[in-house]
Amino acid sequence: MSDIRNELKYVASHEWIRNEGDGSVTIGITDHAQDLLGDVVFVELPEVGADVETGDDAGVVESVKAASDIYVPISGEIIATNELLEDSPELVNSDPYGDGWFFRIKLADEAELGGLLDAQAYGELCEDES
Amino acid sequence: MANKTALYDQHLAMGAKVVDFGGWDMPLNYGSQIEEHKQVRTAAGMFDVSHMTIVDVTGADASEYLRYLLANDVARLDIKGKALYSGMLNEDGNVIDDLIVYRMTDPGVPGEWFRVVVNCATREKDLRWMAEKTAHFDVALTEQPELSMVAIQGPEAIAKAKSVLNESRGRLIDGLSIFQGLESEGWFIARTGYTGEDGLEIIIPEDEISEFWQALADAGVAPCGLGARDTLRLEAGMNLYGADMDESVSPLVSAMGWTVAWEPENRDFCGRAALEAEKAAGVAQKLVGLVMKSRGVLRGHQKVIVEGVGEGEITSGTFSPTLNVSIALARVPAGTKDLAMVDIRGKHVAVSVVRPPFVRNGKKVFS
Repeated sequence: MSDIRNELKYVASHEWIRNEGDGSVTIGITDHAQDLLGDVVFVELPEVGADVETGDDAGVVESVKAASDIYVPISGEIIATNELLEDSPELVNSDPYGDGWFFRIKLADEAELGGLLDAQAYGELCEDES
Repeated sequence: MANKTALYDQHLAMGAKVVDFGGWDMPLNYGSQIEEHKQVRTAAGMFDVSHMTIVDVTGADASEYLRYLLANDVARLDIKGKALYSGMLNEDGNVIDDLIVYRMTDPGVPGEWFRVVVNCATREKDLRWMAEKTAHFDVALTEQPELSMVAIQGPEAIAKAKSVLNESRGRLIDGLSIFQGLESEGWFIARTGYTGEDGLEIIIPEDEISEFWQALADAGVAPCGLGARDTLRLEAGMNLYGADMDESVSPLVSAMGWTVAWEPENRDFCGRAALEAEKAAGVAQKLVGLVMKSRGVLRGHQKVIVEGVGEGEITSGTFSPTLNVSIALARVPAGTKDLAMVDIRGKHVAVSVVRPPFVRNGKKVFS
């Protein structure tokens, strides 16, 4: 059974969103997503400073098995990306909610947070998919 | 209802993630595919390959039948147990399947017979084709579904396997040359594999495999799934049926030219006339290796662009855990030289064109 954290929000495309409480969020992919992908070997991340909107392509995660797009789950400006992933993409597998994070966004509109899935809703979605 | 091998419950107990493969529920990995791959390159790993189809060929014309059925020539098998890799071609000279055939008896003696191992996904059409071709031969085909098969591969594979086998089987293994297999007390032990490492493939009665698999695990042989099997064979430059060749292409455009035995000239085999015509007209394509130095992973079906020459397509691509770069097999125009571009989601990325294999016995082998 995959690990779904109560303190996080989610979107159906399997990204998680952590509210940092300072108008920014951190984003990664869920344990369920990394398990489906298998061993991650490359992560291509967006440019810091880019303005992005919900649903935009934000990069690609490549596993041994497949390439999978990363989507922007919430609009804003990219303010940081995880440079650890350059040399250690396997962090996405070993620590998807910690050192395997992808990027941070300064929110354009905090009200958008209300539209995200909570842990229970995301858990049900994973159940339906399996 | 999917087929399950005799080891299915043990796979689950060892944490396997199971996927459908040619109608069989098989382990994809037991956690990390890359870790399993590295175990095989540096120590020893084992694969349940019981899904493969084993067919024994007996009868007075066994040898003559196989010399007609296969593009490679079983007459080249000069000692008992010797194995041969061959394509089985249709009359268009295209590949119905690739297979291994073992000579099970001394050459030329009465009662000689052979064992053929073909792919599981092609089982039905293979058996149908093989049966059709028996028409003018005194030969019997016997499928052996009650036999299981395990591959033990890696630099420590033989030593680890011997550590759990009795003395007579150990001695038999010591006497095996590469690409040879012999019987020992109901087991067939062969020094073959699909990884580019030394190792064994052992065919065992279904009711004995469980105990052997567990003993190997206890001796430190890592269970490995189809994921690692694919990255290992690709690094070793070995074709995968259905990806790198199928019934739309000939062995001449599939880096299998070496498996076509043209001599003796008077040996007729299925597909020979078509292959000779293809050769006479000039073979238009070739299967090559690609290596990408930049970040990203080459994948099957991506387009290959060779400037001033033409276009081709990747047939298998992956990330190479041994080399830490992406590698691929691709079918490209015959005039392709050292460089090409691959279209990766609209971006053209430079790759070098090499002659496979990429890795043999744990080491990089192309330049």
